[in-house]
Amino acid sequence: MTKEYWRWDEKCWKDESMDPKSAGIISAGIDIGSVSSEAVLCLDGKFYASNTIRTGSNSPTSAKDALKPLLEYTGIAYENLDYIVGTGYGRVNIPFQDKAVTEIACHGRGANYMVGPSLRTILDMGGQDCKAIHVDEKGKVTNFLMNDKCAAGTGRGMETIADLLKVPITEIGDRSFQIDTPAEPISNVCVVFAKSEAMAMVKSGKTLNEVLASYCKAMADRVTQLLDRIGVEKEFFITGGISKNRGVTERIEENLGIKAVKPKDARLDPQTAGALGAALFGFVLASKKGSKKASRKGQTL
Amino acid sequence: MIANYGYMDGSGEYYITIDTDKCAECEGKMCIAACPKGLFVPIEDDYGEDVVEIDSGKVKELKYQCMDCKPTEKPPLPCISACTPGALKHSW
Amino acid sequence: MISAGIDVGSKNIKVVILDGDKIIGKAIQTGSDDQEKSIEETLNSAVKDAKIERSAIEKIATTGIGRKVFKEADYVITDVTAGGRGIFECDNAVRTGIDVGAEESKAIKVNQVGKVTDSAVNEKCAAGSGSFVESMARALGIDMKAFAELALSSDAKIPMNAQCAVFAESEVVSLIAQNTPQKDISKAVHDSIASRVSSMVRRVKLEPRIAIFGGLAYNPGFVSAFKKNLEIEDIFIPEEPLFVSALGAALLAQEKKEG
Repeated sequence: MTKEYWRWDEKCWKDESMDPKSAGIISAGIDIGSVSSEAVLCLDGKFYASNTIRTGSNSPTSAKDALKPLLEYTGIAYENLDYIVGTGYGRVNIPFQDKAVTEIACHGRGANYMVGPSLRTILDMGGQDCKAIHVDEKGKVTNFLMNDKCAAGTGRGMETIADLLKVPITEIGDRSFQIDTPAEPISNVCVVFAKSEAMAMVKSGKTLNEVLASYCKAMADRVTQLLDRIGVEKEFFITGGISKNRGVTERIEENLGIKAVKPKDARLDPQTAGALGAALFGFVLASKKGSKKASRKGQTL
Repeated sequence: MIANYGYMDGSGEYYITIDTDKCAECEGKMCIAACPKGLFVPIEDDYGEDVVEIDSGKVKELKYQCMDCKPTEKPPLPCISACTPGALKHSW
Repeated sequence: MISAGIDVGSKNIKVVILDGDKIIGKAIQTGSDDQEKSIEETLNSAVKDAKIERSAIEKIATTGIGRKVFKEADYVITDVTAGGRGIFECDNAVRTGIDVGAEESKAIKVNQVGKVTDSAVNEKCAAGSGSFVESMARALGIDMKAFAELALSSDAKIPMNAQCAVFAESEVVSLIAQNTPQKDISKAVHDSIASRVSSMVRRVKLEPRIAIFGGLAYNPGFVSAFKKNLEIEDIFIPEEPLFVSALGAALLAQEKKEG
């Protein structure tokens, strides 16, 4: 098997201090992205557990593959879930969900939970899209912008470069700072043309780290341009897979002159903000409109 | 909510902006019939408001979808003329 | 007068040498990281082809994305001007020339004397250029020529959702995974690029006769899809679609002196 340079860890995580047996409402959120899928469980509107996987060939399978191991890991029975909310690119194709909510609204709510009421701007850099969202103190979206047409500024763009240069994607952030002189951004926006430009840089004697730095800088510039359309207000938070790449995030911060905040609880993974928001929507819906548990009676995933 | 539908690519920025607070108050939603490409679709948004959004299947083609209405010699755009609450804007 | 036109494209370098209005030599070479050297080599090959001495060339004009690289040029001409002049020379009934190259596509309108009156350019996005088809052929592991011809044998209408060459590659991969016949994938790819290029060119009011040149003019899958899209049967394709802009530059090099 060829080495896959885009791989990241896929694992379940839970808050050991919480007990699902004493929970009133258990809600699940599932975010089916184009590249990764996440499942989150909330106990009475509090974050409890999460799982991240690579999205499979179709949404129904990915949704099941994200949720099922998490239920097994936490010992929660499928029929005990009060509300399941789906979100993300594949949200319309999750057969066992009770409701679908847009990823924009879910990100707003999930990020608000992670950061708190002072959060105003969210940048979500996903595998196949990039979103900029303004929220109010309750996490309600007041302004948003999405770009899912063009691979520039998305995780897929970064994966393409990782594959081209044969550098594991998780190393790109650190390596992009192991350079002697500041990097000029790659000038082509289009990923296809940026690839040729990156190859030409390698041939002209630039080190891999310099080329990575140039691409990270180009991506940061691109995303900054996108953010400019809606403006950036503090607190500013970055979610999605690229939030783990400091080569991009630190350069965005430099462009904006604003530091991005971290989740209040360091154990919360910004990549799960969408699924968390979905689970929180599920909690509110279960509280207001009643549990959907009965519809799952006797069933398993 | 200010909803920006569209994209940015190597060739430029193409966004249609809908102010959903204004849009929700509009009874007629005349933009739906006014657009020759059927870009505007009525929805109930995540917060329960009746608004329009841009057809998700066409949003990635805005540059081309809007091209027929765009030559500078024939302003204003039909969607913008039809939008009585003044909720619509084009970025390009 | 002997003149040379050099078209430094994003992929290939093309050179045409003219004696008056007669083509006496030409050459084409894929560009490299050292463009100056590559231009020099291509020009020398064209000189050899023309069986003349390099010093016999009185004027040199460059065009194309890398037109400023060659320091010896007497004139530097934009792609639109050179393309318009070149295609008008190939057939002076042409009023709209459509140039679809590796990295950009353009529509160029010319009047009855070959002067450019209007143009539209789609640049810097691979979805609107020849690179799109090339990336998809690569994803399928088929060479460009075979890939282009495959489209002609399909009647399928599979819509491609992706409007980006990178995302379209994943779409092609999933079509392969669903056992979609290669010819149908090829048709989908060519329909998709043809729809974008034809939307773009409609921005200038299309006036017959319409001509296609640049790299994609060699691609029968594209030409057929493009004709269907525009609903125009009579589309002129010059004998050497890749040399049109270089020819235009060489002609303009002579005309500039006369003017």
